[in-house]
Amino acid sequence: MSTGTTGFAEPADTPAPARSSAPRLLRAAARRLLGAAAVLLGAATVAFAALQLVPGDPVTVMLGPGTAATPEVKAAIQEQYGLDRPVPVQYFTYLGHLLTGDLGESYQLQRPVADLIGDQLGPTVQLGAAALGLAVLLALLAAVGTAGRRPALRALSSLAELLAVSSPSYWIGILLLTAFSFQLRVFPVAGDDGFAALVLPAVTLALPVAGMLAQVLREGLETALGKPFVLTARSRGVGSAAVVLRHALRHAAVPVVTLTGWLTGSLLGGAVLVESVFGRPGIGALTLQATTNKDLPLVIGLVLLSALVFVVISALVDLLYLVIDPRLRTD
Amino acid sequence: MAHTTVEPVPGPDAAPDAVLLKAPEVPAPAAPARRRPPLALLLALAALALLLVAALAPGLLSSASPIETHPAEALTPPGAAHWFGTDQLGRDLFARVLHGARPSLLLGLGATAFAITGGTLLGLAAALGGRWADQILMRLADVLLSLPPILLALLAVTVLGTGSLNVMLAIAIAFVPGYARIVRAETLVVRRSGYVEAAVGLGLPRPLLIVRHVLPNAVGPMLVLATVGFGTALIAAAGLSFLGLGPQPPSPEWGAMLSQGRRFLATAWWVGVFPGAAITATALVVNVLGRRAQARFTRRTDA
Repeated sequence: MSTGTTGFAEPADTPAPARSSAPRLLRAAARRLLGAAAVLLGAATVAFAALQLVPGDPVTVMLGPGTAATPEVKAAIQEQYGLDRPVPVQYFTYLGHLLTGDLGESYQLQRPVADLIGDQLGPTVQLGAAALGLAVLLALLAAVGTAGRRPALRALSSLAELLAVSSPSYWIGILLLTAFSFQLRVFPVAGDDGFAALVLPAVTLALPVAGMLAQVLREGLETALGKPFVLTARSRGVGSAAVVLRHALRHAAVPVVTLTGWLTGSLLGGAVLVESVFGRPGIGALTLQATTNKDLPLVIGLVLLSALVFVVISALVDLLYLVIDPRLRTD
Repeated sequence: MAHTTVEPVPGPDAAPDAVLLKAPEVPAPAAPARRRPPLALLLALAALALLLVAALAPGLLSSASPIETHPAEALTPPGAAHWFGTDQLGRDLFARVLHGARPSLLLGLGATAFAITGGTLLGLAAALGGRWADQILMRLADVLLSLPPILLALLAVTVLGTGSLNVMLAIAIAFVPGYARIVRAETLVVRRSGYVEAAVGLGLPRPLLIVRHVLPNAVGPMLVLATVGFGTALIAAAGLSFLGLGPQPPSPEWGAMLSQGRRFLATAWWVGVFPGAAITATALVVNVLGRRAQARFTRRTDA
């Protein structure tokens, strides 16, 4: 296994001797799919194992505190959810259901987990996409605008990035709420209706991500700008903006793409806090609710969703490598 | 062999070679580091000293009680009497932020300590425990690394329950796989080095060999990363207590203070500003110092 610390370190993973390319491609795709299935299975297993360790009886949790149910009722509920069967049986039954796309039913809300997640997916996808777009835009502006020139501006931008990286998102959210919703009354305080309610949460989620991306991108750009090919381009009379945009940026992009992929997965975690600050509905709010209620099937469903997002994004990232860096294509 | 016995941070012996190898390559990253340091470093060290005083003896900096309530003075704006204003129960916010340093730093420190311990043990086990142990542990690490840390921590809190210790453990679980990977990679390198071979040749028993020679040389890179990791752990731990899963109310922990102040933001901006500023300032200090350590370390050993 690769020993990289990013979790993605397999872009140039196939230096196999070039036989005919079609089977090789198929084999690569098959391996990818197998890897994806392994991650999903692993995530389901980890979540299932973790929740077997939850102290207390799920039936009591399900019924809520202070509900006095007769032992017969409890037994009936246990049987209904299969909780009376041995743990390995529960595990394999669960995996079998997963294969048919059945994520089970939430204990607390008495509804299919897939429906619950489906209902809440919209607001979070909107939030995540807006935040990601904004973060990449900010990072590009900050890094491309200040890499290797105008020392004062560069230092200022570095300071802003350091601040953004060091600020917890929930605090940024509280500051923005205080300033723009309570003092200036520009944006609504809470809710999920329309564009105005999306602005502050998206900015909150985007800022730390933008800071991290800008730092990595600037470092990459400055390294690239020191390389001989940049000198060559300059000596051909290419303007300094074109040198950065056409030559250096492409070189600096690979680590940034890796990081963006990883950060996209982590947005789901950030959404828990940001949705809590702004009182928005969504996957984050659902996750918090599920964990405080010890809602076993719902928690596993959310863990699986997050693993799925990770798998899809790392596949996209690998494809993007090929688009960005032609050297990886000829391998 | 003498050089490997007591050195907690590895590789001063390797440094001269590494510098020679690296020297012609580094001009670009080295330049900005030289331009900036003194002011940022001094500020960070001063802030660190202040933080430590607040954590160890908050009474030195403010005589007000962080717990005693004065309903008549509830939500007083910042002023001469209360530098940071008062909260919804009339408690002095300046005192609460100062007294909050200890629980908040302890959450981050505890989480980092647990993560370092777990990462070291699992990393060593994976590298030295044979192929099966390695495969199983690293597959597990892959799976855990594919989940967002906060989600993993929430999962752990679901299992363990709420409270300070459990928040530390939960955050630690989210950090362990990353640290374990680094220790494993380093251990694989160290295991093949000359001094380990020499020690084996001298007939040193295996446990002693691991503790004396492999461990001290394999944990260095992780410890350096853990300085920056401490900042992340602090933010994450305060985040969990912001969600109401950490230390319970009267305790002046920064994340919990933010959470309790949320309902009063409309009338009192200060309850939301100062505890968060404390978290950010701490993370800032840790990031500045940690990155310097990291930069020095990579310049010294990276070849």
